Amino acid sequence: MVGWIYLCGVSSIIFVFSIFFFVFREGAPFLRDRFDFKEFFFSPEWYPNSDLNKRYGALALILGTASVTLFAMLIAVPFGLGAAIFISEFCAGKFKEALKITIEILAAIPSVVWGFIGLMVMSPLIIWATGAPVGLNVLNGGIVVALMSLPVIVSISEDALKAVPDTFREAALALGATRWQVIYKVLLPAAKNGLLAAALLGVGRAVGETMAVYMTTGHSVNIPFDSRFPLFHPLQSVRTLTATIAAELGEAPHLHPDPSGNYPPEAHHYQVLFVIGILLFAITFAINLTADLVVKGIRRKG
Amino acid sequence: MSQEPAMKDGNPFGETDLIRKKMRAEAAARLLFGAMAVLMVIPLLSILLYLFYKGWPILSWQFIADVPRHNMKEGGIWPAILGTIYLIFFSLCASAPIGVLAGIYLNEFARDNWFNRAVNLAVLNLAGVPSIVYALFGVGAFVLAFGFGRSILAASLTLGIMNLPVTIAATKEALSAVPRSFREACWNMGATPWQTIRTIVLPNSLSGILTGVILSVCRAAGETAPILFTGAVFFKPIEGKGLFAYGLFDQCMALSYHLLTVSTQLQGVPEALLYGTALVLICIVLVFNSVAVSIRVYLRSHQRW
Repeated sequence: MVGWIYLCGVSSIIFVFSIFFFVFREGAPFLRDRFDFKEFFFSPEWYPNSDLNKRYGALALILGTASVTLFAMLIAVPFGLGAAIFISEFCAGKFKEALKITIEILAAIPSVVWGFIGLMVMSPLIIWATGAPVGLNVLNGGIVVALMSLPVIVSISEDALKAVPDTFREAALALGATRWQVIYKVLLPAAKNGLLAAALLGVGRAVGETMAVYMTTGHSVNIPFDSRFPLFHPLQSVRTLTATIAAELGEAPHLHPDPSGNYPPEAHHYQVLFVIGILLFAITFAINLTADLVVKGIRRKG
Repeated sequence: MSQEPAMKDGNPFGETDLIRKKMRAEAAARLLFGAMAVLMVIPLLSILLYLFYKGWPILSWQFIADVPRHNMKEGGIWPAILGTIYLIFFSLCASAPIGVLAGIYLNEFARDNWFNRAVNLAVLNLAGVPSIVYALFGVGAFVLAFGFGRSILAASLTLGIMNLPVTIAATKEALSAVPRSFREACWNMGATPWQTIRTIVLPNSLSGILTGVILSVCRAAGETAPILFTGAVFFKPIEGKGLFAYGLFDQCMALSYHLLTVSTQLQGVPEALLYGTALVLICIVLVFNSVAVSIRVYLRSHQRW
């Protein structure tokens, strides 16, 4: 039995490596035969289905993900931090318990239901409120993703605030500080690494969100650029990296190589989607690693 | 500071302007953060109420137990519900044993060294991998490399691996809540580590572990992306085949995938049917979730130490 426990214990490492391995294996032929760094990262031309001139520029997709993530975080980080401060410092008892359960329910709502709400409820609301021609855009996706990443941000920020020793609070209160002074002079500086990690994990969640974004951002490969501040236009439709995989993997043909090991050009579409998967894996891995290091940073000091 | 105007009435401990200013800032902060917390509750409640309001009229035994008819425009959603049940069951078979044992390893056996830090990091990372990347992994590993094809087996294994971190985290938390003195007492009786875990630690943390397993059911029921290309299918006729309509290597319908297709890929599906589907999905998730929450609330009030 103990042998099984050890085996299962290390299985997480095996799974992380095998996720990378199997996704990489499918994407590798593209990386070998067709991949062009400059095209992939700096060209907005995504024409994988064109007969004559296939292009695999992911810039528009990357910026789509970036704009939705940015918009979502502009909403979710302040609200998440505010809610976490309120839950951890200002309220207690039944009310606190009720708020925490609410957050848990918020986290439990499936992504496809969020997408459905964006599609059926928010999209008409946005058209009505802003006069935009379509309601499926960065604004819609951003709000939905913000609501979806709030629970992560709130619960991790709350943990970070809870981890500040009570003696800190008592010392500040004894000096005559009000709760608000305790919060912004003592707690926020003491918990800042944990709060940063919470925001980072929220970003990770937003980057990786698939179904809700797929249903609410409107499916157009488009750079939501606007020459005025804030440089992207929330009422433009975009398509994110995750939504591209979800939308195109079903229709991209999975072809086998000819006997000499070369793939026909039509096979690249399928493979490039796995390359996007590797990119997403790398982004979230980097975000999680950074968040972990940031949290470890406080623990060593504390 | 020395000449406080509020000391006019002779009380040196009365409210000064400074204190009043402090109290105003305090009240403002409380109001602001409270509003932020409440603003999180409002969309949730309004969404749930709206779904109930729109989906309630169509909800009937017939809607749940009938198969879709006329290209999904009429009839019920039974094949999708049954498919979701299959996916939940088989993904649990994969994730619950591995997850619980991994949690036991991390909490009871793992010493604090670089290797186990790497294991912990791997668990964190598994939790952060986007669901669509799990779909790609499922396609690359189970559908193609292992040759399961698009099937319930491939989809459940993908879901199971995705749910591992939930089970592991909950198990770890439940185990670490058991006081160390319990274990020490048992070791002093001459028990081996495994005997200690089996007879003392596990019985005392069983409900906490159960909470984690139920939460992973919740996730398995709602996830769409991982089953998109590994086993979910748009329509599968299973009329009159009873509970064992699907085989392990069949593709199946699933509630979450069904909601996606009827709301984005089909034209002219009646609105009530869409809201009904969403409502059934959310009810399943909420039922499991409230079971998990009530177990935890019960536990906290009946803790024996």
